[in-house]
Amino acid sequence: MLKYLARRLSATFLVITLVSMSVFGIFAVLPMDPAALTCGKACSAPVIEANRHRLGLDVPVQVQYGRFVKGLFVGRDFGEGAAAFHCPAPAFGYSFNRHECVTTLVAEAFPVTLSLAVGAFVLWLSVGVSLGILAARKKNEWQDRAATAFVLIGTSLPTFISGILILLFVALKFNLINPIEMGRWVSPLEDPVAWFRTFIFPWIVLALLYAATYTRFTRSNVIETSTEDYIRTARAKGLNERDILRKHTLRAALAPIITLAGLDFAGLLGGAIITEGIFNLPGLGRLSIRAVLRDYDLPTILATTILAAVFVIVANLLVDILYAYIDPRVRVAS
Amino acid sequence: MTLKPFLEVKNLNVAFPTEDGLVQASNDISFTVARGETLAVVGESGSGKSVTSLAVMGLHDRKRTQITGQAFLNLDSGPIDVISADDEVVRKLRGKAMSMIFQDPMSALHPYYSIGNQLIEAWSLYNEGDKAAGKKRAIEMLDLVGIPDASKRVDEFPHQFSGGMRQRVMIAMALINNPSLLIADEPTTALDVTVQSQILQLIREMQKEFNMALILITHDLGVVAEVADRVNVMYAGKIVESGGAEDIYYRPDHPYSIGLLNSIPKIGELDSRRLVAIPGQPPSLIHLPQGCSFRARCSFSDRVANKLCATTAPTLDTKTTEHFSRCHLPESELVKARKESGGI
Repeated sequence: MLKYLARRLSATFLVITLVSMSVFGIFAVLPMDPAALTCGKACSAPVIEANRHRLGLDVPVQVQYGRFVKGLFVGRDFGEGAAAFHCPAPAFGYSFNRHECVTTLVAEAFPVTLSLAVGAFVLWLSVGVSLGILAARKKNEWQDRAATAFVLIGTSLPTFISGILILLFVALKFNLINPIEMGRWVSPLEDPVAWFRTFIFPWIVLALLYAATYTRFTRSNVIETSTEDYIRTARAKGLNERDILRKHTLRAALAPIITLAGLDFAGLLGGAIITEGIFNLPGLGRLSIRAVLRDYDLPTILATTILAAVFVIVANLLVDILYAYIDPRVRVAS
Repeated sequence: MTLKPFLEVKNLNVAFPTEDGLVQASNDISFTVARGETLAVVGESGSGKSVTSLAVMGLHDRKRTQITGQAFLNLDSGPIDVISADDEVVRKLRGKAMSMIFQDPMSALHPYYSIGNQLIEAWSLYNEGDKAAGKKRAIEMLDLVGIPDASKRVDEFPHQFSGGMRQRVMIAMALINNPSLLIADEPTTALDVTVQSQILQLIREMQKEFNMALILITHDLGVVAEVADRVNVMYAGKIVESGGAEDIYYRPDHPYSIGLLNSIPKIGELDSRRLVAIPGQPPSLIHLPQGCSFRARCSFSDRVANKLCATTAPTLDTKTTEHFSRCHLPESELVKARKESGGI
């Protein structure tokens, strides 16, 4: 197991390095000049060149990458002398538009996205899995049909529709959300009630989509597992139906859901662009979309892209470790 | 044997409603098995062997199955009809009064739980006592069924066991609560030939040890010859012949049994002969033909007068004591048939 862990960890590290390199490479060959973006239309060439030097863009790309990696570990100064702007480690870069370290921007946005992702995750997992189990147990009965209807609605309603519908016809209509304060970040530690009110509708919107998928997945897994020989063995032993479901069917049926859930959660951590947009939440999704569409803020895009990749890679690792813990066959084979 | 047989099945019918019609999988089945006795049930796939046993165990989904008839377990506390009894009553007999082992030991054990865990679970359903006591009993049982180093292997998982070893584990689990009836549904079919005889031997030993009634479902007539006291030959959902193992082997009274016996190769046979196959396919269980179900495949039906085979379904009649057959052929013709088809 330790050997397996060491191997997986080094592989994870390698993948993260490769991802960061390729993201860096892509931004280096983009037909946009980050230095030219730093000032307006009336900019003169000397100013651009000065900014290029200040941002560290006047050296070859591999040197830039080296500085970037170094900055991650020891922090980095942008510019020289009195005009120098220091970003402490881990420094992802400097956002010229916002005149701020990218790390600071990310650190501000991350709790918002984390709140969104965690709440939605808990909601969709509990609703999706329990509805899936119910549908499987009551196969072809009205509960199953109702769940199927829910799955159809949930999977076919894109978040930009369900989000707007819920915002307009539920949240605003019944004054459940204050349009002026909407999306204001409140820490759950300071004001849990306000935090909850900020996030409950975005949670529902996101959970609706995912819960539908999980309902369908759980249902088919439970039905399939129920026909396994070892379930018949459990029944032949004299176990009651509740224990058969709890100890035998679900254990096997829900294991694959861990993989799915881990990756979906990690994907959300990278930012839920549409939902954050609709509910005006200042999370990573909005940070990215603003950096892409409005500011052409390459250091920020670079940081959020790498971060999103890291979330997925780390989640993959965690899921594999967890799976080895659940399924003894994986444990021994590894 | 003056005692009442432990299991008495009377006129058992099992049918599955499907979109194409009612599948009559077991048709008017009656038999008994006493403690210490081995009943072999033979027949090809789909003849109703397993369906009947699953009905006795109460393992059919009642919503999707129509079961009629009776199956009495003669317990010390009195007889219980498992067909009409409440689900919960039958559940509490499973694993305790009657146990079952299945064909494929590779898939019959839960892959996520250790062997010990699965045995202890079965034990603790019917025994008071903590996990340690259960584990002790589990090791004892594994030892009994011949798992070497049982105290260590009890913590291992099914995928770490070979097929034969897994079937031993299944047997240990089925017997852990000392049942009076064991149904073994093709317990050796999925195993290597060398392992097959070991498992069969083990089942016989266990039967003696626990003085159980044993129903052995198989399509291997070699297995039957080795262990069975009595044999039920099934075809198209019905028992077509029933009798002592010797009777069935040396004096088969049904053309189907004769056909089955002829299709076994005999080692050491002096003049080599081609194996005889029974021509044709078994009939659909939805639309059983009028008359005898076996008629279309029977080589002797033309010897029955008045085309009786085509019009009237034969009943299960006594040919000699304790030997029944569902055939219109008179005994004299059967003797001839036996001789003609290879001199059994």
